[in-house]
Amino acid sequence: MKEISILKKVLERGEFAVTAECGPPKGADPEVVLKKAELLRGKVDSVNVTDNQTAIVRMSSMAAGVLLKSIGLDPILQMVVRDRNRIALQSDILGASALGIRNMLCLSGDHQKFGNQPQAAGVFDIDSIQLLKTVKDMRDEGKIIGGDALTKAPDMFIGAAANPFADPLAFRVIRLGKKIAAGADFIQTQCIYNLDRFETWMEMVRERGLTEKCYILGGVTPLKSPGMAKYMKNNVAGMDVPDELIKRMQGVSKEKWKEEGIKICVETVERLKSMKGISGVHIMAIEWEEAVGEIAEKAGLLPRPVIEYSEN
Amino acid sequence: MITAEQKPMDEIRQMIAPYKKILAVGCGSCVAECAAGGEKETGALASALRMACKMAGDDKIIHEKTLDRQCVKDFIIQLDDIIKDYDAVLSLGCGAGVQAVAEMFNEIPVIPALNTEFLGETREQGLWVENCLGCGDCMLFYFGGVCPLARCSKQLLNGPCGGSKDGKCEVNPDVPCAWQNIIDRLSNYNALDRLEIIYPPKDWSKKYGSGPRKIIREDQKK
Repeated sequence: MKEISILKKVLERGEFAVTAECGPPKGADPEVVLKKAELLRGKVDSVNVTDNQTAIVRMSSMAAGVLLKSIGLDPILQMVVRDRNRIALQSDILGASALGIRNMLCLSGDHQKFGNQPQAAGVFDIDSIQLLKTVKDMRDEGKIIGGDALTKAPDMFIGAAANPFADPLAFRVIRLGKKIAAGADFIQTQCIYNLDRFETWMEMVRERGLTEKCYILGGVTPLKSPGMAKYMKNNVAGMDVPDELIKRMQGVSKEKWKEEGIKICVETVERLKSMKGISGVHIMAIEWEEAVGEIAEKAGLLPRPVIEYSEN
Repeated sequence: MITAEQKPMDEIRQMIAPYKKILAVGCGSCVAECAAGGEKETGALASALRMACKMAGDDKIIHEKTLDRQCVKDFIIQLDDIIKDYDAVLSLGCGAGVQAVAEMFNEIPVIPALNTEFLGETREQGLWVENCLGCGDCMLFYFGGVCPLARCSKQLLNGPCGGSKDGKCEVNPDVPCAWQNIIDRLSNYNALDRLEIIYPPKDWSKKYGSGPRKIIREDQKK
């Protein structure tokens, strides 16, 4: 039986892909993961499993990813370079492949300063672009860093993140190009609230021919409240939330905040669906997995294509 | 140079508590430049300790002596004749100075009065900044004279990350984004093409590969 990446199949078929996020718990209970994951069943193609996001200690992304697989979902294993050196990272890539995980998202990771272990040493032995190249070389050449041959190459659909809203803007596209050259098969972007800036960025991405070389999934996060919008604008690194959106959230009564948040999100997804070079959406409903199905439904993304999880 | 800052008074007093006769040893090099352990600071610390002890009814004897360089044996030997009069040395050298003194005088405790911080520069009066890790394999040519290993919070050789905003680092808005600096400098002399290179993983063996490092120069030996 050969495991496959559902995300890869969907994208290769030319269908508009949908991914979401499942954050592992701050505890050892597998039921928490399975319950969250059940909410996503049938609503998305593949599910990102975050790796100690915001540098807070949580159940390992590999373990949670295997739990997702056990109930027939397709995990995207997020892997950050903050906590492990090149020996541990390469070992985990092999382990993930052996356990049937077929997607990986290579990230630098939030700095340890932001989490609940600010006294930890940040490893950063390699960076996210070097990690991409490492996975690609392991998969395509069967070789690890330094050139030693593997007895069996891992099988991974390789992803990277891109933040169109960070500075300097012109260099953002060069860096995306580097990520694709290093090995990224797909890209998931930072949450998009500023669609104008995103369009500008996409134009530059298309000009460089990058949409021909890689699938780009636009990231969205439904707002729960005007407070959340303001918090993201002011306190979350690399976020761009325009004032109009904050005003729009402020303009509705408290009981309608979530509804409005979902509405904004659906409108963004609609724009993304018609944007040239966008192959899908990545819905990051933080601790609000119920919203994913609703957004997918309202944005006309359901039903999801049926793809056999394993094939002979 | 190597930068350092004085430890809190309470911590120093706790460490010297068991000893009666203490020699505070300053250093006239890097730690003098960063106003942590030069002749002036050594005198000030010794006076402050004498005062504090006196107020507490503790009859410690604290003398001071500043060497031109506390990490060079040829200077440390100046302590040869006087050290026997003391039960402890309170060193205002950097970590290298403390250890060089300890290496030479096996019988006597050497107590650090400073926290050694980093390899850096004096940017302006009262401002010292870190800019070198001592990695043993300098790559500054590629990065416009700005070291991403020492100055990027995530040590990215292929930066900047998604947290660079308005030229500042996400980890601390007081910290300039090293990658913004690199891009600005490279664009000033038309070398932006270096940014397209995918730099391979750093060879850390030059720093960590065989334990503590040493330099041996036969041509310099007597």
